[in-house]
Amino acid sequence: MNYLAIVIGAVFVGNIVLAQFLGICPFLGVSKKVETAAGMSMAVTFVMLLASIITYGLWEGVLKPLSLEYMQTIVFILVIATLVQLVELFVKKASPSLYEALGVYLPLITTNCAVLGIAILNIQKGFNLLELIVHTLSVSLGFGMAIILFAGIRERLVLSDVPNAFKDFPVALITAGLMAIAFLGFSGFSII
Amino acid sequence: MKKILKTIKNGIANENPIFVQLLGMCPTLAVTTSAKNGLAMGLATTAVLLCSNFAISVLRKFIPDKIRIPAFIVIVATFVSVVKMLMNAYAIDLYNELGLFIPLIVVNCLILGRAEAYASKNGPISSLADGLGMGLGFALSLTILGSVREIFGAGKIFGLALFGQAYQPAIIMILPPGAFLALGLLIALYNNFKSKKKIS
Repeated sequence: MNYLAIVIGAVFVGNIVLAQFLGICPFLGVSKKVETAAGMSMAVTFVMLLASIITYGLWEGVLKPLSLEYMQTIVFILVIATLVQLVELFVKKASPSLYEALGVYLPLITTNCAVLGIAILNIQKGFNLLELIVHTLSVSLGFGMAIILFAGIRERLVLSDVPNAFKDFPVALITAGLMAIAFLGFSGFSII
Repeated sequence: MKKILKTIKNGIANENPIFVQLLGMCPTLAVTTSAKNGLAMGLATTAVLLCSNFAISVLRKFIPDKIRIPAFIVIVATFVSVVKMLMNAYAIDLYNELGLFIPLIVVNCLILGRAEAYASKNGPISSLADGLGMGLGFALSLTILGSVREIFGAGKIFGLALFGQAYQPAIIMILPPGAFLALGLLIALYNNFKSKKKIS
């Protein structure tokens, strides 16, 4: 497997938010300011990487040998929920300044479908550990890029004159649609 | 009885999960490439929501307050696994088409939201009614969004061709950007309708 292909594929061609529709809630929810968007994408990167590695270990080490594949959903979501709590406690102790910066976004990550989605996708695609790490990092890079760009646009949008019915959410969705059209330009693009 | 009907209606119209509460956006945008997929996803979510609301409401007095969120997640994940296996066995085409988004029903904020806001505070019967109303509201909105995208993007509805051969479908509507555009326009339409109703 070509690592460059994984990176380009995850960041541009199959962007997690704009092409795969994972992690839409934080994408729409915490994208009103560029700083909070950046904080959120950092928190997601951190949890996603840890969760992917641990769920991969559990899948290869426990579920597959015992042929308990059907327990995947339950085990993975429990791992993620626990992990988010642990990360929260750890960050609070180890680096209060980072904790302050991430704030409310840490607990919200449990219900971020991007984390569970990527954990399951990594297993489905049959990646090995190194490919999995590269894939997860580039997915979170794609997430960060999309949410920060979107937040930049939304900061401008607040100042513009929008028809009443379109205020706030609808206009944000249409903006996201236009962004998705731009990203559509990458589809069919492949590196051999 | 009257209260139950009111709860159901509340979920479908006044507090519609998608058009009013904006919950559960990921499956909403991802699977509504056709009316059929939207309906299937809506019904699968309704099934999980009904079961989880009922179970959580029955168990609400036994679940300690401190660990209620993990407990709710385990209950929801169990029912999602059941639905996933049933679909794998009896509706393999849908299973393949919805793919990743079936296990992701677990993290649909709508389900955990109803568990926290309603089922953990009310009795089993009214929780069932709430689950049914919210589930049907979700399924209805997904079907509407799926239909709009299918009509514009493929000239069909539920797989039936609507227009003659001369119709050139706007393929963009069934591609990812179409999901954002269609939902944005539908919500704007809904807001417009609501504000007009208020004035008159």
